[in-house]
Amino acid sequence: MTSVAAEESTGTASRRTRGRWGDRLLFGYTWLIIVWLCLPIAVMIAFGFNDTKGRLNLTWQGFTVKWYGRLFSVPDLTTALVNSLTIALVATAVSAVLGTLIGLALGRYRFRGQGALNLVQFAAISAPETVMGASLLSFFVQLNVGRGYWTIVIAHIMFSLSFVAVTVRSRVLTLDPAIDEAARDLGATGWTAFRLVTLPMIFPAVLAGGLLAFALSIDDFIITSFNSGSTLTFPLWIWGAQKNGLPPQVNVMGTLIFVAGVLLAVGNALLARRRR
Amino acid sequence: MTDTKEAGTPVGADLAAIELNGVKKTFHAHGDAVAAVKGIDVSIGEGEFFSLLGPSGCGKTTTMRMIAGFDEPTEGEVFLHGRNVVGVPPNKRDVNMVFQSYALFPHMSVFENVAFGLRRKGVAKSEVARRVGEMLEIVDLKGREKRRPRELSGGQQQRVALARALVNRPRALLLDEPLGALDLKLRQAMQVELKRIQREVGITFVYVTHDQNEALTMSDRIAVMNDGRIEQLGTPREIYERPATTFVAGFIGTSNVLSGTVARAGAGRAVIEPGLGERIVVPCTAAPGEEIELTVRPEKIDVRSDPPAGDGCALRGTVTEVVYLGMFTNYNVTTSTGAEVVVFVQNVSSADDVATRGDSVWLSWDPRHSYVIGA
Repeated sequence: MTSVAAEESTGTASRRTRGRWGDRLLFGYTWLIIVWLCLPIAVMIAFGFNDTKGRLNLTWQGFTVKWYGRLFSVPDLTTALVNSLTIALVATAVSAVLGTLIGLALGRYRFRGQGALNLVQFAAISAPETVMGASLLSFFVQLNVGRGYWTIVIAHIMFSLSFVAVTVRSRVLTLDPAIDEAARDLGATGWTAFRLVTLPMIFPAVLAGGLLAFALSIDDFIITSFNSGSTLTFPLWIWGAQKNGLPPQVNVMGTLIFVAGVLLAVGNALLARRRR
Repeated sequence: MTDTKEAGTPVGADLAAIELNGVKKTFHAHGDAVAAVKGIDVSIGEGEFFSLLGPSGCGKTTTMRMIAGFDEPTEGEVFLHGRNVVGVPPNKRDVNMVFQSYALFPHMSVFENVAFGLRRKGVAKSEVARRVGEMLEIVDLKGREKRRPRELSGGQQQRVALARALVNRPRALLLDEPLGALDLKLRQAMQVELKRIQREVGITFVYVTHDQNEALTMSDRIAVMNDGRIEQLGTPREIYERPATTFVAGFIGTSNVLSGTVARAGAGRAVIEPGLGERIVVPCTAAPGEEIELTVRPEKIDVRSDPPAGDGCALRGTVTEVVYLGMFTNYNVTTSTGAEVVVFVQNVSSADDVATRGDSVWLSWDPRHSYVIGA
């Protein structure tokens, strides 16, 4: 017992001396990457507090919080943000439901066309966005569908669906199929077994897939720009406005979206820890 | 049809708990039809501990799944207490199953796992708490209600699975190799435990296993299955002592299979005479000239250096291997008929080995212990 403990402590000690410089290097490198990744975000947040006078928000002119008060004073921008948020919510909800069903079917059953479905999913994930956007546009044109809010929603559901399905499928594959049978055996109907047993077990994957879908939808530019018609989303508005200079409200909204994202991520991590 | 599992048809005293009638099951995979169960007729009595024993792929699990309702028979009928349940989904059958993997709900506590079935039936809250508590006491898990399944040992998880099924007071409990994942010591302890619980609750147990010891230890009756059919159905003693087929003889314990042509017959006995002074006496009605196959269990045979007196079975052979196994010594003997015979000799006294490798010996046994296969 004591000899084992002694062995362990000498083991870690030698590792520590051997790796002192390596550890420092790793430590420094880690923080370098963290700073590198955070710097653009920090700049975005900072310029939301810039007391800029002209149309351009490119040089630091003093600290202010007034842009937070005038968040919605650019009407077009507000509309674009609302569009982006509602499109993302609808697309997420629909693709979460449909993707979960596809993922369940792919993970649990063997059926005709399963291989093809799997392949098409990964194709949808890996296809270049420009190609997807352009082909979707010609599809809508062929069908004579006017581009606008709902074509954006359809496009977003299309590309986020696979992400949810793939995440859910890989989770379902790790589940013991006997658990579902056990629920049925104990008197649960198919729906009850799903609600009380299967769904709670795959919920982390559904949540992860849904968050992914939301993140993809809210900042999608390429596919959206092909199929938006005259409807503007947040990224589209910024793209159009940046030639004339972006108002600081853009930075404020970006900051708020970022903060919401961070809060969600932290919340998810905490939830996962408690679950464990 | 009733919509709860507990309400059911009135039960006659002589009604079988489970009855399978000409049950067949064919699976279709990649265009091939695979017959997993090729025709089973069996009737399992109320309160019986019944085992389906056989090697993997013999159709025993498929048979059980057809009783539970997870698979439907391609042909034939399944009766639970006289009610034909073909087409009835698992949640409407009054049987519960213990899965090989336990299949506990990982996101629920032990209490919630066990209460699951009762809650589905709409049993009152206080009644649920009482019955779950009672059942956890029977399986010796009192005080672990709030634990998650993964916080329990394999043996404890096994008992949760058992409690979760038994708490519903099913007409029959189906167990699919429930002890397969446990180590030997625990498995033996659980065998005794299962038998005790079965006596305590008085529910019909249908037990699927490939472990002959397990089946022999616990069962009232055993159905030995092979290749989708029942090879033999009987009590452990019948199956062990009088195997009906070569397969059963080989699958259950160690068995010696001898064959020969009947030389003399009479008074319900047939005698094979392989050589001078040698005779195999078999209680059967075979006529002279007939070719028969018989089995003798290793522990029934004696090894001696001189020819045995009397008119019992006597066979000459050469010892090819001697293995000392503590309680007994295992002799491998090649007989004059060419058959390999295994003999267990109990080490009763401190006497030396009766024979060593290469010795010429005589084997003898009481004719009562020769059993004709397929008679």
